[in-house]
Amino acid sequence: MRKLVSLVAVAATMMSSAVFAEDIAITGGKAFTNGGSGEVDNATILISDGKITGVSSGGAVPAGYRVIDATGKWVTAGFMAGDTNIGLVEVALSGGIVDARADKAKDGIGLDAAYAINPASPVFANTRIGGVTRAMTRTSSSTDMWMGQGAIVKLTDDDVVVKERAFLGLDLDEGSAEKNGGSRAALWSQVNAKFEEAMRKKGSSTTKSEGKSDAKPKKPSPADVAMTKVMNGDMPVYATVERKADILQLIALKKRFDIDVILGGAGEAWMVADELAAAGIPVVLDPSANLPGNFDTLARTSAAAGRLHNAGVKVAFIPPGTHNTVLVVQNAGIAVSMGMPWAAAMDALTVNPAEIFGIDDSYGALAAGKDADVVVWDGDPLEVMSSPDVVLIAGEQLPLVSRLTKLRDRYKDLDRAPAFDK
Amino acid sequence: MIYKHVRGSGIARTAILAAVMGLTISACSPNNTEQGEFVEINKDPFPSSYTPLPSTATLIINATILDGNGGRVDGGSILLEGGKIVAMGPDGPTPDGVNVIDAEGRWVTPGIIDVHSHLGVYPSPGVQSHADGNEVGEPVTGDAWAEHALWPQDPGFVRALAGGVTALQVLPGSANLVGGRSVTLKNVPGRVSQDMKFPGAPYGLKMACGENPKRVYADGSRGGDFRPHTRMGNVAGYRAAWAEAQEYQRAWDKYERDYKAGFDVLPPKRDLNLDTLAGVLRDEIKVHMHCYRADDMGTMLDVAKEFNYKITSFQHAVASYKIADKLAEEGVCSAMWADWYGFKMEAYDGIRENIPFVHKAGACAIVHSDSQSGIQRLNQEAAKALADGRKAGVDISKAEAWTWLSLNPAKSLGIDNKTGTLEPGKDADVVLWSGDPFSVYTKADITFVDGAVIFDRNNPDSNPVMDFELGQPGEGDVK
Repeated sequence: MRKLVSLVAVAATMMSSAVFAEDIAITGGKAFTNGGSGEVDNATILISDGKITGVSSGGAVPAGYRVIDATGKWVTAGFMAGDTNIGLVEVALSGGIVDARADKAKDGIGLDAAYAINPASPVFANTRIGGVTRAMTRTSSSTDMWMGQGAIVKLTDDDVVVKERAFLGLDLDEGSAEKNGGSRAALWSQVNAKFEEAMRKKGSSTTKSEGKSDAKPKKPSPADVAMTKVMNGDMPVYATVERKADILQLIALKKRFDIDVILGGAGEAWMVADELAAAGIPVVLDPSANLPGNFDTLARTSAAAGRLHNAGVKVAFIPPGTHNTVLVVQNAGIAVSMGMPWAAAMDALTVNPAEIFGIDDSYGALAAGKDADVVVWDGDPLEVMSSPDVVLIAGEQLPLVSRLTKLRDRYKDLDRAPAFDK
Repeated sequence: MIYKHVRGSGIARTAILAAVMGLTISACSPNNTEQGEFVEINKDPFPSSYTPLPSTATLIINATILDGNGGRVDGGSILLEGGKIVAMGPDGPTPDGVNVIDAEGRWVTPGIIDVHSHLGVYPSPGVQSHADGNEVGEPVTGDAWAEHALWPQDPGFVRALAGGVTALQVLPGSANLVGGRSVTLKNVPGRVSQDMKFPGAPYGLKMACGENPKRVYADGSRGGDFRPHTRMGNVAGYRAAWAEAQEYQRAWDKYERDYKAGFDVLPPKRDLNLDTLAGVLRDEIKVHMHCYRADDMGTMLDVAKEFNYKITSFQHAVASYKIADKLAEEGVCSAMWADWYGFKMEAYDGIRENIPFVHKAGACAIVHSDSQSGIQRLNQEAAKALADGRKAGVDISKAEAWTWLSLNPAKSLGIDNKTGTLEPGKDADVVLWSGDPFSVYTKADITFVDGAVIFDRNNPDSNPVMDFELGQPGEGDVK
């Protein structure tokens, strides 16, 4: 019966997003309301109008709420992946256009990923059925060191962009040096020049508006707009850097221009964990990366996430590839197995990325007022043998169905012509 | 020396010649001139120089043991002595003079065997100088041998030890239709690649279906105008190569017949590429074929029948679940990931139940890595596949699932008489896990190869550090 009800509910939401305001109560589970902390046993989580309206232990369910029984199960906020190309890539190799690769674009700063995101990509459903409901997504190659402005998405079927132009990507690793002058010396002089120019413009725009009031202001380019936001502290720079020496340069850059910086990649970040903590720079990394991929990443270790956390650095995780964005959860487990506290790894999947990418007002915790991204798990969510039984995103319960589960069901029992099995 | 002169000893040669001449005279045929030496190709010109590291007799007691054959013993013991497994079963009396490890709460399994690795041929750091895995230039390179490129200093070998990997097959890449010979290794550091070679392991041959060869040769940037450009060209290329190999083998067979008949004949001209392909036709070299799509696999099964050779395994095999019944009938293994898919068109249909569905059909299922990162956590890959299979209604025990990690890989590499299960008499390639290896939190505590402790998590100073990492940031760190 409940299945029927939920199918009706799903059908209703597909007809119109305006009428999905189903009231739902998730009851009886062990809830972690704030990342890995705020444990509530026998939790009643009330959801109305797409939002969480209350979380309490053993709380009553008001009349008219559909009840999802989570007795014996774990309940968490939907997880968030730190750095992906989700919605910007279908098939990366010989599979047509890849919007994540703006390899011919002239203006890396002006790139805006929000225009390119395709919510119909099967990767959205393939990912959310594993309990990951949010992701940072961005273009990750261009003609220069600037990777454009990325977005934060929720993994629903439409209206996926929850924050556009959420950050400006800047690549400062070995590959970027190779591409931008063939040396870090050339790379950094170009980067510094760009920030100095933006600093001058910031100063002169104030002077101009006070002086020549009759001069017609020139319409700023998308790149100018972005740099202005960065200089005003309205948009962080997501800088991908690996080597310790380069990370120290990045810390100096942040201080020199007084900008907000997020460090991505960060192979050797653990070596300067205290400096990063002092500078207030959060780190987004892949905890499974523990080999020297090149001379940029000699000191990589899977112990990095725990070390950074212990030093007071806010950490979030990168999954191993966009199609396997869902494996960001396994990555969190790997970080735990290498010394990161379990609660800190849970934070790194929820509250931390929410804060790092500026969506913590609406997402990241099971608390009244937040969007109802809620996942009911059949066990410890970080365990490789656990999986979700129920996934809600912004209050909408999405069926645990994707292109991959359809293939699974079609071929579970082999017959002559599976194409007829739908 | 290229050829091995089998009858090198003068006395032996004279005796044999006399016998042969007697025969030919009585047959009244060829001629009375003396025959040249019989030429036979040395099949092992780069022999293994592997020797086990020193070990002490060790009894692990009180463990949860998965025997690798699908069996499980709770509260079990295993005795490793002289590099071999001596006994395994429920806890019993402790013999004198052995090192005893109480494994309360911990699990013991056979060492993991990865049938698909490029460690050493695409080592870390992955700089251009180290790109030694694809002999691109022409599409059939049976003369390329992975062991000739293998860098024993790849730090990836030590990371894999920390993941409980005791043996692995290193393959050439998939740019070519025929990529070249693989090499099977014991995961024990050596100074030269021969020091790591698994003694007695047969060679494998890497072949590749589908997108990679046609992309590599169709893009025109390889400095030659080679086929293939399409899947049609791929199959034409395999068939042409096998036809040539058959002709080459016939020529050698004829040479041997004629020589034994007393004729003074010259051997055929040596062809290093065809040596390898002919080795497959003689069933001495096992074919491991990179193949994603079910239809590509179906085509190759018929090519193998046409030229009378055996495909031992399809590698990656993301669509094996679509033809698992046929693969079971043909006795071909599938070496698979738990969940990689989508990065190219031929990987678009990869499902998370591929491994359990292949298992359910009665076909040989193997968990492989093809990755310097994945090789460190193959137990977790098996765990994910097991969980997804169970959720789809395929009832498999953890003990059965371990066959994907050691016995089935050992069979496909032709080393299952030596390793892959915890049977007495087999090499003591064993892992002591900190807990249930189907948990993300569990680590290999000790990795034994031939009874020797090669990696000990709780004694980090004793663990190997490769030359490359000496004096570099992160040397000797917990990884």
